[in-house]
Amino acid sequence: MSHADALHTSTGLDNRKLLMWLFLASECLFFGSLIGAYLLYRGDHEVPCVAGELSACVFPTDRTINGVEYQGLFDIPFTSVSAFVLLMSSVTMVLALAAIQRGNQRGLLVWLFATAFLGIVFLSGQAFEFTEFNEHGLSLSTNLFGTTFFVLTGFHGAHVTVGVLILLSLWVMAARGRLTQEKSLNVELAGLYWHFVDIVWIAIFTLIYLIQP
Amino acid sequence: MTLAEYRGLKPSRDQEERKEAHEGGHPGPAEYAMIGAILAVITAVEVAVFYLDLAQVTLVVILVVLSAIKFTLVALWFMHLKFDARLFSWMFVGGLTLASILFVVVLSTLKAGLW
Repeated sequence: MSHADALHTSTGLDNRKLLMWLFLASECLFFGSLIGAYLLYRGDHEVPCVAGELSACVFPTDRTINGVEYQGLFDIPFTSVSAFVLLMSSVTMVLALAAIQRGNQRGLLVWLFATAFLGIVFLSGQAFEFTEFNEHGLSLSTNLFGTTFFVLTGFHGAHVTVGVLILLSLWVMAARGRLTQEKSLNVELAGLYWHFVDIVWIAIFTLIYLIQP
Repeated sequence: MTLAEYRGLKPSRDQEERKEAHEGGHPGPAEYAMIGAILAVITAVEVAVFYLDLAQVTLVVILVVLSAIKFTLVALWFMHLKFDARLFSWMFVGGLTLASILFVVVLSTLKAGLW
């Protein structure tokens, strides 16, 4: 079914696009709940605070890594770069959409690949951050900060992973000539999902990383 | 609306306008790049503000406002809510509103120790 035909529905809107927006609306509740849980429990801890043991203290805690002093638990410069990378991936995503809507197949391939690549860079950064926290003794079960932080950012990372897989699938389709201008809605729907993941990170970056107790 | 439009045999003027808006109403690469540059600048300002020696309340207000601007720019331009049918905007705002209500109710209930 072509996109033009799909618009002749009772609402005048494409049903697939309508469904995607419904899904995104439900995702607002999902991430809203996780962010709420994090903000509620981040200051609580179930084990006594022992000097020198990061895992046993209420977070965030000042620390020194490789001679560099960090105020609070989070490495803000590092996370800022990650946030910037994900933000720029949204730009490359809309450029991919603009390319397919104009019939520019080469542009589509370039921008889709760039978006997937930036997504992978973001995920690598998250894996590095998780590993570093784990080395300092913070895990999912250490305390309520660890539980709510890892569940929230972990679910976001899972969403980014799904997004990267969708983007790579679209790239393969485009490379095989199966993703043409008439099927631009596929890229638009993937884009809606990707941008949603990006705006969730906009909220997480501010509420979790920049605004600290 | 004509009978043909009512029966779906012919697209209504409203449907034609939506179709036209969808196919031709999206911004071009230059506009997308400009929005991207604005988002990058706001992110840089956010990080700079974080390192300023500001009162906690001031810091929170500034960061939340900047974050809301970024959120809105992405939703309006990149997700095309500014250009697409209003129904999509209502659905998204509906989800955000429900999430906000849930957020406020849970936080206020638990913080008030009513459990």
